[in-house]
Amino acid sequence: MSSTAQELYRALIVERSKAPRFGGRPEVFDAQGQGENAMCGDRVQVFWQRGGVVRHEAHGCAILTASADLMAQAVAGKSPAQMAAMRGAFEEVVTSGMENPALGDLNALAGVAQYRARIRCATLPWAALEEALKEGQLHG
Amino acid sequence: MSTRAFNVSEIRKDFPILTQQVHGRKLVFLDSAASAQKPRVVIDAMVRVMELQYANVHRGLHWMSERTSDAYEAARDKVAAFLNARAREEIVFTRNATESINLVAYSYGRTALRPGDAVVVSQMEHHANLVPWQILRDAHGVELRIAKITDSGELDWESLEAQFADGKVKLLAITHMSNVLGSYTPAERLVAFAHARGAKVLLDGCQAIVHRAVDVQALDVDFYVFSGHKLYGPTGIGVLYAKREILEAMPPFLAGGEMIDSVSYERATWAPPPHRFEAGTPAIIETIGLGAAIDYVQAIGLDAIAAHERELTAYGLKMLAGIEGLRVLGSAQDRGGVLTFTMEDAHAHDIATLLDRQGIAVRAGRHCAEPLMGRMGVSAAARASFALYTTVEEIDALGEGLARIKQIFK
Repeated sequence: MSSTAQELYRALIVERSKAPRFGGRPEVFDAQGQGENAMCGDRVQVFWQRGGVVRHEAHGCAILTASADLMAQAVAGKSPAQMAAMRGAFEEVVTSGMENPALGDLNALAGVAQYRARIRCATLPWAALEEALKEGQLHG
Repeated sequence: MSTRAFNVSEIRKDFPILTQQVHGRKLVFLDSAASAQKPRVVIDAMVRVMELQYANVHRGLHWMSERTSDAYEAARDKVAAFLNARAREEIVFTRNATESINLVAYSYGRTALRPGDAVVVSQMEHHANLVPWQILRDAHGVELRIAKITDSGELDWESLEAQFADGKVKLLAITHMSNVLGSYTPAERLVAFAHARGAKVLLDGCQAIVHRAVDVQALDVDFYVFSGHKLYGPTGIGVLYAKREILEAMPPFLAGGEMIDSVSYERATWAPPPHRFEAGTPAIIETIGLGAAIDYVQAIGLDAIAAHERELTAYGLKMLAGIEGLRVLGSAQDRGGVLTFTMEDAHAHDIATLLDRQGIAVRAGRHCAEPLMGRMGVSAAARASFALYTTVEEIDALGEGLARIKQIFK
């Protein structure tokens, strides 16, 4: 296996895809959003609770599931505005391949930048989170 | 037809791209069912047209135009002979099989079919042989019915009979070989069945045409469609075969130059088939490239190609069966070299990305057959597909690659 492939499928990604720490539909949440990748049928649901609690249900590849899980971890306790800013910074990482020290474990996904078709797998949970945040705002 | 002895290492020399490296590894191209690589003779034929003998066809009175028209029409003769059509006028050039099916759905569908008539497709169609019929249903009031398949990925004959029971079916549009399951449909039996019930038959031959000889007269099929690029030819050229009397009764699909007899400001009269369906400047270079591709596969011989691919398919199925947690979709008795699978440990996209890093190209996703994936109970799958240049060593490389992926996700 080439080093680049190992770079993408780091232990953290494999581990979180197999055993997500923030997976599962919570009993209580304030808003939800979803994302679907039409190319492969992968989909993710993101649940947001006031106070910055995020959970997900991901049905898809390792990149999608690990990204959803690392996202839920990274945004814990953040405000919607902070989450939106983090999404921008994360998208910069996965499109440029340049790690951002402020993003911590999310940098594990920087290798995705080399696989254009896979960037969407990593960013889909964030799109679903944004949808949840919009719904959260609508319902005050 | 004189054929040369089948020698895969010699054949590989005909395909310049096969010597390329990907990510520093030897290319193992197992995605020919999506689009096949091109032999040197096809590339050369296309370059030659542009370098030596090119002009628009059927228009000019000059030498270049006449010679180009001859080469373009010679390709039609080659396709007609390849399919064993009764006449060259039964061969219409399109952009691809998708356009061929849309042409039939639009032109034949809106005139020969009446509201209340039914069209039957199967559960294992490519979107190209499903969506045009959905549009026809919504625009024209025909009914669209879906014949089921069995868990083994074969047509469910009982379900087909049930769809035909009320006598409303006027067209059966069905794949000749599934691009996901590899299953062949029993074309001859299907045509006889449909004809006995007053229905015409369209066969989507995109996959089948590459792997076995097709004789439209023996099949007695009414419409047969395929794309050039899967048959080692270029992109941008496809074929619609239809029986002459059917084509003659069909109105144009696209209108413009080339497809008319005479035009005034008020009206126009249509040229006879096939030119009635070839509006505008056609894909001249690509059509000539398709002719070269047909010459190429005929020189090798479809029977020899089929025998080689049968061996590969049996070998590939055996190899995949040895991988724990791997499931091959479909287990049809009569199947071609398309192996679609899922793995417990890894998602299809992860499989494709990780194989790619080893130089191995497979397809992953829904394969333009989303409803079929649902029918088979999966959301996405990986697919390895074989061609005349595929080797047993390449299938071994796939097996080793999958074993490494299992290691990563263990």
